[in-house]
Amino acid sequence: MAGQPARATAARTRVSSPKWRARWAERVEPYLYIAPSLALLIIFTFYPIVRSLYLSLFLTNPLGEPRVFVGLEHYANALTTTFLKSMGVTLLFVLYTVPVGLLLGLALALLAHQPLKGTRFFQLVFSSPLAISAAIGSTIWVMMLNPVSGIVNYLLSLVGLSPVRWLTDPSWALPAVGMVSIWLRLGFNFVLMLSALQNVPEELHEAAMVDGAGFWAKTRHITVPMISPTLFFAAVVGVIHAFQVFAEIDIMTAGGPSDATNTVVYRIYQVAFRQYEFGSASAQAILLFIVMVILTYIQFRLGERRVHYQ
Amino acid sequence: MSASSRFTRLLLYAALCMAGLVMVFPILYAVSISLMPPAEVNTFPPRFLPSAPQWSNYAEVARSVPVGRYLLNSLIISGAVTLGQVATASLSGYAFAFMNFRGKAALFALFMSTMMVPWEVTLIPNYLTIRSLRLLNSYSGMILPFLATAFGTFLLRQFFLQIPLELEDAARIDGCGRFRFFWSIALPLARPGLLTLGVYTFLSTWNQYLWPLLVTDSRLMRTVQIGVRFLMNEEGMQYHRIMAGVVLCMAPALLILVLGQRYLVRGLMAGSVKG
Repeated sequence: MAGQPARATAARTRVSSPKWRARWAERVEPYLYIAPSLALLIIFTFYPIVRSLYLSLFLTNPLGEPRVFVGLEHYANALTTTFLKSMGVTLLFVLYTVPVGLLLGLALALLAHQPLKGTRFFQLVFSSPLAISAAIGSTIWVMMLNPVSGIVNYLLSLVGLSPVRWLTDPSWALPAVGMVSIWLRLGFNFVLMLSALQNVPEELHEAAMVDGAGFWAKTRHITVPMISPTLFFAAVVGVIHAFQVFAEIDIMTAGGPSDATNTVVYRIYQVAFRQYEFGSASAQAILLFIVMVILTYIQFRLGERRVHYQ
Repeated sequence: MSASSRFTRLLLYAALCMAGLVMVFPILYAVSISLMPPAEVNTFPPRFLPSAPQWSNYAEVARSVPVGRYLLNSLIISGAVTLGQVATASLSGYAFAFMNFRGKAALFALFMSTMMVPWEVTLIPNYLTIRSLRLLNSYSGMILPFLATAFGTFLLRQFFLQIPLELEDAARIDGCGRFRFFWSIALPLARPGLLTLGVYTFLSTWNQYLWPLLVTDSRLMRTVQIGVRFLMNEEGMQYHRIMAGVVLCMAPALLILVLGQRYLVRGLMAGSVKG
């Protein structure tokens, strides 16, 4: 970097301390700045990765100590048992939540981006789920989705629809949790899309208006391509987020009914902290990580081609 | 203004109001239920508003559940993690932006590689570590693992990089030491970055769920989120009291959203890089 000679001069002007000591301090000082972060990352990130890999090759006792070396057996077991079913549930959950969440976020952002009075108020309203944690949101929705006294079934009955056992019917539970998850995430998607819209140059819209483009044509041919990097980013982050959903499931369904919402992360939690099979759970966590890396890679390969960067 | 554009505006306002109502309905409904007398909660058809606000629900839930303690626990943990992370990240971010040293590129790559690792891979060993340190049911157990992140280092490095290097040269010619430059010039200049990281860290720690669930089993060490999780078990189906607890627990974050929307939004967007 450019500042180096001047820095050396500065060190030399400190006449009070001997030259060698100043130089030594100069050399060591950067590491002192990095040391706290590095030490913590080693203890709580690098060491755990290695230990997870190691544990995944063993049968462990309930204390988490490796006991019997089993090689890749945990991995092989995972691929032949209900792990695959959990992976299917997880992928289905991603499919339910991410596209709808993105579309709704975009729709709200387009709505709140119109040049109208009072849009700031609506922007605050639309971003309000940002302040709601998954635990709190899920608790509220458990009440609202109650099959007998819940307000959702009541509203459905007003338009003539029959009541749904949202969280206890195996075919409804995952969509219901997905719906709550979409709502919880919608504030974030909205804020993301809105700030992307605000960065689209005004002249582009004006030029389109002069050419007689209507709202839909403008949205499709100008707005969406212009904010496609944000859409792509929101999709990648959204998929990773959906893969890791936990609190909603723990509070609303605990993985049930009959494993209909037993996602991989929830399963790992149960295997590790209910059955105390840390080795098997570690193997499944590593498999999940591999699937996430592959999916993110595919998204980048597919997405980069469609995204329009300025 | 033509009639058609006035009509469009009306339509837009109608759409805005509808969408807004749907978005905030769960929040408003929770508040409404929290103020209902028990007899009005499970009626059919359900009521939208209480006949008269019943404030005693709040007193009741506060008497049976230590909501104040939950809030205090969350505040202590989130505050400590935020301060710690801003401290460690500003030091390391500054070093990566302003200093030259052997192995800098490799160390930086090492830091960045941790951003790829999802928490479920590190979860089990970290739990075992915290347990073997006998830190279950302690503040330290909920603070220590989160005191340093590669994301924070990266974010603050980007802010420090905006400060011209010449400024440091000039300051040092005037006899300003390295640490003093960092402390009294670079840090104040990077304030937006510190605030962004701070708000993001505070909120994500406040909302943490799985980790505090794993490392606490004593009631008095629960955070707000874990307290909410057990509200339903502890209060039975008494939704008016559950919702009073929920409202008390969500009030602080809602307040932060209204007051600090700008930093919150920026922090979330920066933070979403990590997912």
